Amino acid sequence: MQTENLISIDEFCTNHNIEISFISSLHDKGLIEITLVNKTMFINKDNLKQLEIIVHFYYELDINLEGIETINHLLQRINAMHDEITMLRNKLSLYE
Amino acid sequence: MDFVDYYKILGIEKTATAKDIKAAYRKLARKYHPDLNPNNKDATKSFQQINEANEVLSDPEKRKKYDEYGKDWQHADQFENAKQYQEQSSNQRGARYTGAQSEGDFSDFFESMFGGSAGNRRGRQAKYRGEDYNAELHLNLIDAFKTQKQTLNVNGHNIRITIPAGIENGQTIKVTGHGGEGVNGGPNGDLYIKFTIANHPKIKRLGNNLYTTVDLDLYTAVLGGELIIDTLSGKVKLKVKPETQNGSKIKLKGKGFPVYKQDDAFGDLYVTYNVVIPTNLTDKQKELFTEISKL
Repeated sequence: MQTENLISIDEFCTNHNIEISFISSLHDKGLIEITLVNKTMFINKDNLKQLEIIVHFYYELDINLEGIETINHLLQRINAMHDEITMLRNKLSLYE
Repeated sequence: MDFVDYYKILGIEKTATAKDIKAAYRKLARKYHPDLNPNNKDATKSFQQINEANEVLSDPEKRKKYDEYGKDWQHADQFENAKQYQEQSSNQRGARYTGAQSEGDFSDFFESMFGGSAGNRRGRQAKYRGEDYNAELHLNLIDAFKTQKQTLNVNGHNIRITIPAGIENGQTIKVTGHGGEGVNGGPNGDLYIKFTIANHPKIKRLGNNLYTTVDLDLYTAVLGGELIIDTLSGKVKLKVKPETQNGSKIKLKGKGFPVYKQDDAFGDLYVTYNVVIPTNLTDKQKELFTEISKL
């Protein structure tokens, strides 16, 4: 399997100075997806931003994993509502 | 340039301990963190102020300088020269947030006192992925009707982008790798471009369908005929049925907006007829209308 779009979790943890067990906990809670290639754990580049946000929440804002799960859920709802607002605004412009 | 009261920003007393400062910062950071307040510019601004206050008050040297010279910041440069102050950024984990949207500048006040240096703002020792940049691009409906290439200047770099026909108002596209540079060999951040599409004076858009209203003279509405209208793809000749009612709608299939990233797929154009009653009738016309009304 090609790894060009993947980032090694070892490398990520070294660069961010965090424990690999933290990433495993995130995976166990379904907060991130991990890809295994030749017994090495990777994350997809597309998920890097999300992972870094979680790292900020956990290490810099002292939010525990349960809190992060809740925040993720609420952020998804906020984003969906933002999309809906945009769609409704576009619809409203028909009547302006 | 006004004096900035960092104690007030964090809601603490001047006698606050390092622990108090940290606690106040954490509390406010959780409230205004940009990742927790998507698309909220006010929260982002507040967060930058909180970060700036924390940057100063959590560093004993900076705090001392601020307490001594804060209100008399104009003389900070003299202080700087005298003590040959070397800024030493704290590298402790959690000193301050370094997330994707924290690239906002320090205030002029901060720059004046401490000489803000982007390279020293980082709280974490290692930053892997570059920061994401956000930009806004304004188009009109005709621009968005066709695929076009544009060159944008982002932080001194020219970026050529292709804007696919059919892009929606409010839609954001990601240009991978054109954000801030990655650190320690990490990938660059991404550039997010949000499109704002101005309304057309005569044609409204909803999704891939277009809506327009055209004037139709009374005689063509009653007797039927032909009408040429302007659409975004050019002029179209319509056959008007006899006895067409005011406000009635017709659908022109495939004459709407292009479907985003789908070649040769278009929405529909809905045309509403606005039957125009003639004015300034001549005596002869009045006579004929009267005659018709008695039939």
